[in-house]
Amino acid sequence: MHARQLTKDFGTFRAVNGISFDIPRGESFGFLGPNGAGKTSTMRMVSAVARPTSGELSIFGLDPHHDGPAIRARLGVVPQEDTLELELTVLDNLLMFGRYFDLSRSVVRERAKELLEFAKLTERANDKCDNLSGGMKRRLTIARSLLNQPELLILDEPTTGLDPQARHLLWERLYRLKSDGVTLVITTHYMDEAEQLCDRLVVMDHGDIVAEGAPRALITQHSTREVLELRFPSDVTTPPVDMLAPLAERLEVLPDRVLLYVHDGDDTLRAVHAAGVTPVSALVRRSTLEDVFLRLTGRTLVD
Amino acid sequence: MNSVLRVTPSLSFGSRRSLYILERNIMAYKRQWPVFVSGFFEPLFYLLSLGIGLNSLVGHLDVGGQSVSYAAFVAPGMLATSSMNGGVIDSIYNVFFKLKVSHVYEPVLSTPLDVNDVALGEVWWSLTRGALYATSFIICMALLGDAGSPWVILCLPGAVLTSFAFACVGLAACTYMRSWQDFDTVTLVTLPLFLFSATFFPLSLYPTWLASIVIFSPLYQSATLLRGLSLGSFSWVMLVHVAYLFVMGLVGLSVAARRFQRILAP
Repeated sequence: MHARQLTKDFGTFRAVNGISFDIPRGESFGFLGPNGAGKTSTMRMVSAVARPTSGELSIFGLDPHHDGPAIRARLGVVPQEDTLELELTVLDNLLMFGRYFDLSRSVVRERAKELLEFAKLTERANDKCDNLSGGMKRRLTIARSLLNQPELLILDEPTTGLDPQARHLLWERLYRLKSDGVTLVITTHYMDEAEQLCDRLVVMDHGDIVAEGAPRALITQHSTREVLELRFPSDVTTPPVDMLAPLAERLEVLPDRVLLYVHDGDDTLRAVHAAGVTPVSALVRRSTLEDVFLRLTGRTLVD
Repeated sequence: MNSVLRVTPSLSFGSRRSLYILERNIMAYKRQWPVFVSGFFEPLFYLLSLGIGLNSLVGHLDVGGQSVSYAAFVAPGMLATSSMNGGVIDSIYNVFFKLKVSHVYEPVLSTPLDVNDVALGEVWWSLTRGALYATSFIICMALLGDAGSPWVILCLPGAVLTSFAFACVGLAACTYMRSWQDFDTVTLVTLPLFLFSATFFPLSLYPTWLASIVIFSPLYQSATLLRGLSLGSFSWVMLVHVAYLFVMGLVGLSVAARRFQRILAP
């Protein structure tokens, strides 16, 4: 998939502002960003549903404007919100959806059986979807996206609303698909998920791509190796920032703690103690993607 | 490049894949078959009430030199009305619900189907229902002796054409509805059509000024066409009625498809 200067406007609002990216076959590629960053608009364009306002987009070497049906036949899409047919049964949801892909009834039936097994919904096959729990609906939506055995799977916040067990089950399945050569495009709010699943990712903010790279490379590039978190008693209204600042590459003061971005957390902690600062507690941890994310997109709530 | 292509009017009316929408609707209605039973009884009530009641009051009418019973005169008009209502109500209410409330179409658009297929698929569905109702209506007509001639069988395609015209326009109209309140406007349009389309009495009984408006009414096209078919009195004007209804459907469908695009995949 190749995108050049991809832009999407809704009236005067620019949701996606001329972004470019390439996703080679077999890669798993992530879009990270706060709500309203333009991820979902991007997903709708790369799933050949919404037309870009301007820019170039090619998927499987095809132009979505002319070859939309041919592209979508090879895509699986897990939308952000479950869009199941609540009036139909679990099984009928799958059977009908498979038909949209021109699959014969017997093929769909076979695949539906296997996917129900995967989604742990075999016993609920003849229940109305309306009666499923949130997690079950999510699993069914994911199962549905695999009916046409897609070469490219687009997942818009796939694990939102799943419990940890279901999440790990999905991750396992995604690894398996990836090793079968399926390309994955994922948006997520969960940084651990992005670190686990994505070979490469971009961070979006206000319709722009603000960073791009492999998870580890992004951490190296935008954060330090470790973070030292110091917690101060609640009656200390102003932590001794002046004394701490020289010890860290970057320092962030939060209401209840101070984050010191450093190369070696233990070294810095010793230096902190040596300087006569005594926090209530101290925690040394490795930098995560979350640190990168928050640094790039800010800590303020977006919507 | 894309913005140039976007303003080019689309002249495609969906593909073979639109039939999957029909399949989907049949699947969804498997459990709601009582709806169809009411559809079968409705025409019977129409025919019995108007036919028996008014028939005895009115007696016979002269239609193009042919003397026909009032029941035989009014039955094709009722069939036309029933096809109009079926087409409009189906597409407006059901599709509005799917478009704005249950969001049935959104996942469909991530499959090879596109908005044209969705719009056309809903039309197939309306036609299927329309054909079922019309069949039962025509059977009732024949059983009650209200069929003017064996040609009444041609009322089936005529009624389906009527469903097509009104379903397509209904489909386009429903995309402009913002809330359930807007549905009152539907009656505002269909009721005058019902009352002023030579469905109950011949055009010759209208004052001249009104008659010159009535002949442009879409339901007039359908009622006159079906009446001609039922009585077996054919004329070239029928081709005008057919063309009118057909073009009306095509215009409705292409507007609907474009509106679907704006709503579903902006």
